[in-house]
Amino acid sequence: MAMTAHPEPQSNLRTHSHPDPAPASVPGPDADPAAPLPAATRLTAVHLLVAIALLTGVVTGAVLFGAIDLGAFRVLAEVFAQLTGGTSPLSEREAAILWQLRVPRVVLACLVGAALAGSGAAFQGVFRNPMADPYLLGAASGAGLGATLVMVIAPQTRDWLIGPLPVAAFVGALGGVALSWLIGRSAGNGTVTLVLAGVAVTSFLTAVSMFVQQTHVDSLREVYAWLFGGVATSGWREVLVVLPYVVLASAVLWGCGRLLDVLGLGDEEARALGLRPGRVRAAVLLAASLATAAAVAMTGLIGFVGFVVPHIVRRTVAGSYRVVLPLSLFVGAVFLVLADIVARTVLAPGELPVGVVTAFTGAPFFALVLRGSKGRQR
Amino acid sequence: MSTLELREVSAGYRDRTVVSGVTVTAGRGSWLAIIGPNGAGKSTLLKAVAGLVQCTGEVVLDGRPAAGLGHRERARAVGYAPQSPELPEGLTVTDYVLLGRTPHLGPLARESGRDLRIVRDALARLDLDGLAGRSLRTLSGGERQRAVLARVLAQQAGLLLLDEPTTGLDIGHAQALLDLVDRLRRDEGVTVVSTLHDLTLAAQYADQVVLVDQGRVVAAGVPGRVLTPELLATHYDARVSVLTAPDGSPVVAPVRREVVAEADPVSEATAALRPDSTVDQ
Repeated sequence: MAMTAHPEPQSNLRTHSHPDPAPASVPGPDADPAAPLPAATRLTAVHLLVAIALLTGVVTGAVLFGAIDLGAFRVLAEVFAQLTGGTSPLSEREAAILWQLRVPRVVLACLVGAALAGSGAAFQGVFRNPMADPYLLGAASGAGLGATLVMVIAPQTRDWLIGPLPVAAFVGALGGVALSWLIGRSAGNGTVTLVLAGVAVTSFLTAVSMFVQQTHVDSLREVYAWLFGGVATSGWREVLVVLPYVVLASAVLWGCGRLLDVLGLGDEEARALGLRPGRVRAAVLLAASLATAAAVAMTGLIGFVGFVVPHIVRRTVAGSYRVVLPLSLFVGAVFLVLADIVARTVLAPGELPVGVVTAFTGAPFFALVLRGSKGRQR
Repeated sequence: MSTLELREVSAGYRDRTVVSGVTVTAGRGSWLAIIGPNGAGKSTLLKAVAGLVQCTGEVVLDGRPAAGLGHRERARAVGYAPQSPELPEGLTVTDYVLLGRTPHLGPLARESGRDLRIVRDALARLDLDGLAGRSLRTLSGGERQRAVLARVLAQQAGLLLLDEPTTGLDIGHAQALLDLVDRLRRDEGVTVVSTLHDLTLAAQYADQVVLVDQGRVVAAGVPGRVLTPELLATHYDARVSVLTAPDGSPVVAPVRREVVAEADPVSEATAALRPDSTVDQ
């Protein structure tokens, strides 16, 4: 076939060509209307049933397990008696151990684990960064500074009915996030500037905390005990304080899974699909930060849950945030309840800070998950 | 009624204007190729149509000023495939294509069976039905490009903006992809505006070619009028021959500066073309 110079048709250039080669992929027709629909990744009843069964099992074990053996059947009979108004097999002291110590402690661990893991998944989605965790924007350092100031300035308030420490930690956590947000916004509208602002705020608030701690070394032990986090002294008061934030955040995050998948395309493509990325980001970060602040205020800094749990879900179930977000809430609860069992067991009758356990067990466990998911990464 | 009209459109980023005073029209079912050297403003012009950059002048979609459309309404009218799309690695092909239904859903709504049927059709059109459950991470370059186009098709917009849709594709896959787009516009009246670096492909598929340089339209019209050695030399700083394919469309062939005439037959052939049709810089 001859190809000729344009505009004058004069050329001796020759090429070999097939008249109409079959392309690598011929545009196909529409699908057969009877063809099965493609399977989209969604949270299924099976996912939920497995997650609920897992959580129920772990919670039951955690309630039954403790320094004083209440007896599994007696505890179950007590629960049945409470539900039906029957006679309790437990003594008054045993009932108090069960209802005033163990149950609120386990419930708080569930709520805080769910809050941290759900928030971690949300942060990873918003920032499209697998390294993100709920403390990325300064929640931990803000809470740490607030708590440190209270312990140093007003140590006698630790035993107040409604102490200023959780309030200061809560305000500090939200203050850290707000400061990062303001600095990030002033430097541009992107997620990278927000993360950098978070790093700067975290460093600054941590430095202030350390300065305060070093000038009040007598409070160091107490401060560090708080910083490592724990649910040891929890009662129903802590549960009631955390509950509304966790419920609110869980509802928002559960509903935003699809939108976080869209954000995964990047801001430009998300906008081309009619989404307003800034609004979605603000709503998700606000919900996640409120839950994180409430959790930190009640239990101190518990690391690794918010980072590792979303990855476990992503690598073992599915990568879509429609699944990662809701399942992270459940798996976070399971993870922290298990960590708390370990925390109150290994040094019994003493206790380890649960933050030490989450990091100590979470890191190797995560390494195993990484290895196990090799070759079928999602 | 034309599907897309740009009237004196200028667009850019913050205080930097990238394209200025662009006026072009693309009729329903037509294919408009935007060509120009690197940095000419081609992608920015597409983004201006999609509403992704600051813009003055008027973008008119189906007779309606685009500025008056809501975000989702505009996204239902305009499908946009960027030059370097981000593909979230955790998603399957189906999940990814399903995101194309976003403009048709409320913020917290779930996709219906109808949305899944549309996704199934988009996957079938691009021969992706066999890969529907695969992770995006495992796709080849060509499969990824097809997945991006499937996502845009699932959007069911009347205007497709394709920024270098054949980047990274071999010639077979590039043709297959462009053939599909061509069929869409012929069968369904979809209007296509694309940037293309490959000028020969632009000439073969587009009805109209718009040559942009330094943010301004410097030539527009049917491919044979715009793809001349003189215009390409002036605006691309390139030495080319423009040949004619059997179907009459122009073929743009680059020409080396140093040609050793006796070295081999291809050089001889190229040398033979030089006196008539090559503009040397």
